Amino acid sequence: MFKKINNVKQLKLKANEIRQDVVRMLNAAGSGHPAGAIGLADVYAALYFNVLYHDPKNPCWPERDRIVLSNGHVCPVLYSALANTGYFPKDELLTLRKLGSRLQGHPHKGAMPGIENSSGPLGHGLSIAVGMAIVSKRERKKWRVYCLMSDGELDEGQCWEAAMLAAKHRLGNLTAVIDRNNIQIDGHTEEVMPLEPLADKFKSFGWNVINVDGHNIKKFIDACEESKAVYERPTVIIAHTVPGKAISFMEFLTEWHGKPPNDEQAADAIKELEKQREMIEEEDE
Amino acid sequence: MKEMHLIENILEPAEKKASREGVGNALVEEGEKNENIWAVSADVAESTRVQKFNEKFPKRFVQVGVAEQNMAGVAAGISSVGKIAVMSAYAVFSPGRNWDQIRVSICYNNSNVKMHGSHSGLNVGPDGASHQALEDIAITRVLPNMIVISPADRIEANKAMKAALAHNGPVYIRTSREKTPTFTTDKTPFEIGKANVYRDGKDVTIIAHGLQVYQSLLAAEELAKEGIDAAVIDCHTIKPIDKETIIEYAKKTGLVVTAEEHQVNGGLGSAVAEVLAERYPTPIKIHGIYDRFCESGGGWELLKKYKLDATGIKEIVKEAMGMKK
Repeated sequence: MFKKINNVKQLKLKANEIRQDVVRMLNAAGSGHPAGAIGLADVYAALYFNVLYHDPKNPCWPERDRIVLSNGHVCPVLYSALANTGYFPKDELLTLRKLGSRLQGHPHKGAMPGIENSSGPLGHGLSIAVGMAIVSKRERKKWRVYCLMSDGELDEGQCWEAAMLAAKHRLGNLTAVIDRNNIQIDGHTEEVMPLEPLADKFKSFGWNVINVDGHNIKKFIDACEESKAVYERPTVIIAHTVPGKAISFMEFLTEWHGKPPNDEQAADAIKELEKQREMIEEEDE
Repeated sequence: MKEMHLIENILEPAEKKASREGVGNALVEEGEKNENIWAVSADVAESTRVQKFNEKFPKRFVQVGVAEQNMAGVAAGISSVGKIAVMSAYAVFSPGRNWDQIRVSICYNNSNVKMHGSHSGLNVGPDGASHQALEDIAITRVLPNMIVISPADRIEANKAMKAALAHNGPVYIRTSREKTPTFTTDKTPFEIGKANVYRDGKDVTIIAHGLQVYQSLLAAEELAKEGIDAAVIDCHTIKPIDKETIIEYAKKTGLVVTAEEHQVNGGLGSAVAEVLAERYPTPIKIHGIYDRFCESGGGWELLKKYKLDATGIKEIVKEAMGMKK
């Protein structure tokens, strides 16, 4: 079993490390999606280092919690979380998107243990997560299912088909996490296809809804704990994040959805992240 | 030729039943033995005959409503935690509506999911063109990891579903609504990927799947009266296709006619043509629906109109005889 990190400062350092990994990976790959992946570093650090019951040395442990990544294009953050928790060697991260690599541009389940599903086309993940959670519930298992989704992918009707089914089966063992970063390829979500009032939509579908600052690791962990406590309904955590968070030239800009940093930009980003790391180090435990 | 153990007189079948019955019964029979088998349905549980499974094993049944995309994902999720998931709907909706989910959530994941598409082909009749699945084989056989089976009658459908459940990976099985003669028996062999030769012949080979296999046997009886000796092959597995049997009979007869309730683009006919073009170029007539939508009508009325009954297949074969070198 993976030994959880409960110290918020240590988790912040992990998130910083994940951000640095993502910058280096995308720079080396020369393509990919930085903004969403970097914006999710805090969520993934909280999940993989604290919330999840899992065992990177025994990745197929049947009682593990399942992570279904639905918006596959943010996979560099998943790969970094997997490597940093010991699923595979960190130096493999720089093979992202390259010929012969296990780290496909969008995740492939067959590539390695720890990747629970293949994804790429949006809207698939919640259905898979619901299927898993129904089995876990009917067989009275303890393991939970976390489905990590984007806000833009909620345009896909399949998400709502799955949301209805999750409520029908009162899947208290299912937590969906929506990366509410307000961007999608063609611009801001509320311009491309308005999602608001998003919380009300899920409430009306029968879900427990928690809004949280997706960069506040402590609050995000608390939200996950609450989702466990609400056992008669599925929970959606709407994690409000800033795309490209912590890298000043990337924050909030839709243009960074699908463009990798070049060498100079990557160096600037790493410099900035290093400064932040030093600041975190100085924080009280 | 291997003994196929068909009924004694194929002109006098004792039973007429729909192939979907065979699938439904296989699920219950195997469900009794194997607690890992789960079923998912998209609101047509009675029609697809998966309802019987639900009645017996409600804890292993999931009803998703009219949501085929979700059904495919849920089935993938169930299978990913160690179960064998069977999903059922009409073929026009699944794989028609949920091809992307089948491609990525099921085939790319190599999920252990069995997809039952019922009410396939023209014989669904009065519901009209929107409900006549004539493209399902084309869109499933193109997917990596996928196996595609179209059984010829109730008993073969039963064996096909059992074989699918025993195979670890995605399998698509298409069945029909219309009651048709049961002409194979429990002793008739069934192996995924191995075509069954039901009638030997030296002049022409008719290769068919589903409902057209029996019709082709009847056509061959009539052709024999006119001096044309036709072999008939039940190519129940369209992918992986039995190349060796196809080539053997192309060599033996020098002319191949395929017959199926499917568009001529991308179905069994295309699959056979791919084999022959590469390995043993042979004149081939690809018979089916010629790139069009059809219409409402009785199942057998439509089969007659589009020459997919015995009389129609006989005519097509006679015309094709002129193609022989």
